[in-house]
Amino acid sequence: MKEISLVELETRFQEKVDAETRIEPNDWMPEEYRRTLIRQISQHAHSEVVGMLPEGNWITRAPNLRRKAVLLAKVQDEAGHGLYLYSAVETLGADREATIDDLHSGKAKYSSIFNYPTPTWADMGAIGWLVDGAAIMNQVPLCRCSYGPYARAMVRVCKEESFHQRQGFEIMTVLAQGTPDQKAMAQDAFNRFWWPALMMFGPNDEESKHSKQSMKWKIKRLSNDDLRQQFIDVTVPQAELIGLTIPDPDLKWNEETGHYESGAINWDEFWQVVEGNGPCNHDRVKARRDAKENGAWVRDAAMAHAEKRVARKTA
Amino acid sequence: MSNAKDWPLWEVFVRGKQGLSHKHVGSLRAPDAQLAIENARDVYTRRSEGISIWVVESNNLVASDPQDSDAFFEPSESKVYRHPTFYDVPDGISHM
Repeated sequence: MKEISLVELETRFQEKVDAETRIEPNDWMPEEYRRTLIRQISQHAHSEVVGMLPEGNWITRAPNLRRKAVLLAKVQDEAGHGLYLYSAVETLGADREATIDDLHSGKAKYSSIFNYPTPTWADMGAIGWLVDGAAIMNQVPLCRCSYGPYARAMVRVCKEESFHQRQGFEIMTVLAQGTPDQKAMAQDAFNRFWWPALMMFGPNDEESKHSKQSMKWKIKRLSNDDLRQQFIDVTVPQAELIGLTIPDPDLKWNEETGHYESGAINWDEFWQVVEGNGPCNHDRVKARRDAKENGAWVRDAAMAHAEKRVARKTA
Repeated sequence: MSNAKDWPLWEVFVRGKQGLSHKHVGSLRAPDAQLAIENARDVYTRRSEGISIWVVESNNLVASDPQDSDAFFEPSESKVYRHPTFYDVPDGISHM
């Protein structure tokens, strides 16, 4: 077989991507494409797994059995989503445990939204409605990501997440129509989660360092600012409908563009949380580290049992 | 901190309902086949997606080489006469 130059391989790769042919695990791909995906998918997986913590906080204290069953199912889904994504990252040749160790050492990031505390039950509503709502908006275009295993995982995730958003909105609707105290609790949760939810779409386009290349490789389809705008436009009327006030005095409707204009996002806060200085960063990573360390004996026992059974069969 | 004895990787196939074949849905880690099936139930069939699960250790899977796929599948590309649309059927002929 004749040798193909790297440039030629890269050209063919880009042609495939441009033609909307999905890239599969054993196909040739540029090393930087592989690295970008490993970083993005593993961080996405970590977000799903760490995302269980703020909600897990309320499972034992859900106000009734229905809410408890729903919350359990949602948290179990997040675990499943993490597992789909760790599988996808392994198809790129990454070591699953090594990516998890990167989370535990602080080397790998996860969505900064999960570094905010959940002191009240209304936070379960705000998270489902706003955080899952923003996540769905981010993830729908990822269903068409150029990398096959990631796109397929996203299709499953998006299908499962629409109930997450609805159950959250239902919690908020009930509280917003409840007693004055309940309504105040809903508004307070909304106030605390609105801005962090907007930050979930990442820095402004001109500040986003990986965006341009990711768009060219069709890993990313829509820009951070476009997705954020889409989220604001659909969420504001939802808040108004259930009688909650958007915690943004500068928010106004622009008749000409057909979009809402929002006030300035506090990017200092965003970078502080990304850099590890959010209210719960330390607790979240510690909880994950403890889970792995304290569960080591279970994993070892399961492996020893499996090996013993094989040995008995072959004896 | 990585454990030298990481659980092996398994590929998971699910039959959606009677009459359909098993279809690859993804992979997972498990210490043995029995736990792989139980984990697969929790990871891949939380919403009645299946009535039967197959798992196979990923190491045991043999795949064709994507680098050679053009040459490998060429024999079927060049035989258009295997498709019914290759043949002219006169007007007025039906049920064929």
